[in-house]
Amino acid sequence: MRARPAAVVLAVAGALLLAASLFPIYWMFAASLMPESRLFESRSLLPTAVTFEHYRALFDERDFLVPIRNSLLVSGLTTIVAVPVAALCAYSLARLRMRGKGLLLAFVLAVSMFPQISIVPPLYLILRELRLLNTYPGLVLPYLTFSMPLAIWLLTGFFRQLPRDLEEAAMLDGATRMRTLRDVVLPLAAPGVASTAILTFLYCWNEFLFALSFTLGPDRYTVPVAIMLFRGRYQVPWGEVLAATVLATIPVALLVLACQRRIVAGLTVGATKG
Amino acid sequence: MNHRAAPIERAETRLAWLLVAPAVAVILLVSLVPIAVTGWEALHVHDLRLPWLGTPFIGVGNFMEAANDPRFGAALLHTVAFALISVPLELMLGLALAVMMHSVVRGRAFIRVSALLPWAIPTVVAALLWRFMFEAQTGILASSFQTFGLVGPAFDWFVHPLAAWVPIIAADVWKTTPFVAILLLAGLQTIDPALSEAARIDGASPARGFLTITLPLLTPALVVAAAFRMLDALRLFDLAYVITGGGPGTATEPLSLYAFIALMQRLRFGYGSALSVIVFLLTFAFALVWVRALGRSLSGAQS
Repeated sequence: MRARPAAVVLAVAGALLLAASLFPIYWMFAASLMPESRLFESRSLLPTAVTFEHYRALFDERDFLVPIRNSLLVSGLTTIVAVPVAALCAYSLARLRMRGKGLLLAFVLAVSMFPQISIVPPLYLILRELRLLNTYPGLVLPYLTFSMPLAIWLLTGFFRQLPRDLEEAAMLDGATRMRTLRDVVLPLAAPGVASTAILTFLYCWNEFLFALSFTLGPDRYTVPVAIMLFRGRYQVPWGEVLAATVLATIPVALLVLACQRRIVAGLTVGATKG
Repeated sequence: MNHRAAPIERAETRLAWLLVAPAVAVILLVSLVPIAVTGWEALHVHDLRLPWLGTPFIGVGNFMEAANDPRFGAALLHTVAFALISVPLELMLGLALAVMMHSVVRGRAFIRVSALLPWAIPTVVAALLWRFMFEAQTGILASSFQTFGLVGPAFDWFVHPLAAWVPIIAADVWKTTPFVAILLLAGLQTIDPALSEAARIDGASPARGFLTITLPLLTPALVVAAAFRMLDALRLFDLAYVITGGGPGTATEPLSLYAFIALMQRLRFGYGSALSVIVFLLTFAFALVWVRALGRSLSGAQS
């Protein structure tokens, strides 16, 4: 019986934490459906009058499809480039005999912790020199700075979790390393690769500083930059800003709903290895 | 293992380097070379608006300028204070959330999704959302604080130099507590439930069992979570840029934001690079200290 009060406290605290987690997101959805005038008057937690005006304005007047397309392209391309290259490296780090493995992993981790601002100046100068400012490659290249170490780190963790027996059996049967990697390891590692790809995509989708620094106009703005620049100098069109934040959240929310287990696996594999 | 590597082993090592090479090449090219260039730029005058000045070498001149720049000092103070306030809050709330997630039997998927959503949404979105909630005229939080008499009527959070930090810290805590909770939950799940069971049978209260058994065993996970959060907090940019723009004045301007302004608005690449190098060294120094502490605490936990 002694556990009862503790359990009650825990349940109440938990409910409060969850409510605090979810309320702002609920409020973003609800407020994005309210007419602009209501945003300033209403104190009701439910949208009393529903309108899709802000969403209409977003597409008719602000061409919000362009930043969505840019973000999808840049995030998708970065993921497609980073994950396979990282997978080869991670397999080697997790399985093969080589010297300096620990050092290499520490190096990868260190690079993944570089503050982004510390490489903005040279990347800007280099991209300007190569005439890559305001282009898709001009974002994919900078995005590799954080996605490559992230993907290597996560995949190394995943590869280490795989049982060795099957690989060894395949190689005893005469398969080469590369063949074993392709036919035995990759199918086994597919869930880990998926987790890694999801997290890489999310980090790219959410990135702000590089996109702000290396894009010059609305034709190449990514979603976070485009939303940020909706704000006029003195007046914020909150209705449209909120509608845009909802749209930026939807792909993320869908990923979280569909892949919650994979995401948690990805977040923890990187941290629990020590 | 043989002292002299057998041919098959040598072949394996060769393959290992072959597989590692492309990734290492990419990292060298997009991260390491740029970092070196930043260090080089920081030793020069390089003003993109005054190209005819060229890029004369001035040694540590930019760093001397930073040392005498009150705006830099303030930004440094802001960055450290922000990290020291928000990270402990996130660790405490994250621990509470993790314990709760660990103890529930039903509805785990729902809890996981509700915890993951704030973490997963873009920082810019979270920032705008919290700005909206604290906005004087529209903000649901701003008006709640007024209703409860915690602040005066017409109190504007973004005009007061200290109050303007509240939405920034709130947004950071809201967004990253779930991340901490997930790391800690993984730590909790590795602890053998038999241990706290034994403590309970011996008559220890749940609180005592938690403090004497669970918490010490959770220390490595806490240290890792704290390190990740500190490193992230020290490079604070998005939230400050979007929520306050560093204002009022420069009251909420962190180092990364000041460096960004020096670089992309004033186009002073030499000075901006020096500021970027300082951000880099700050996080690097912290990481070094932390890795050593982590090594000690891990070896302590094992012995």
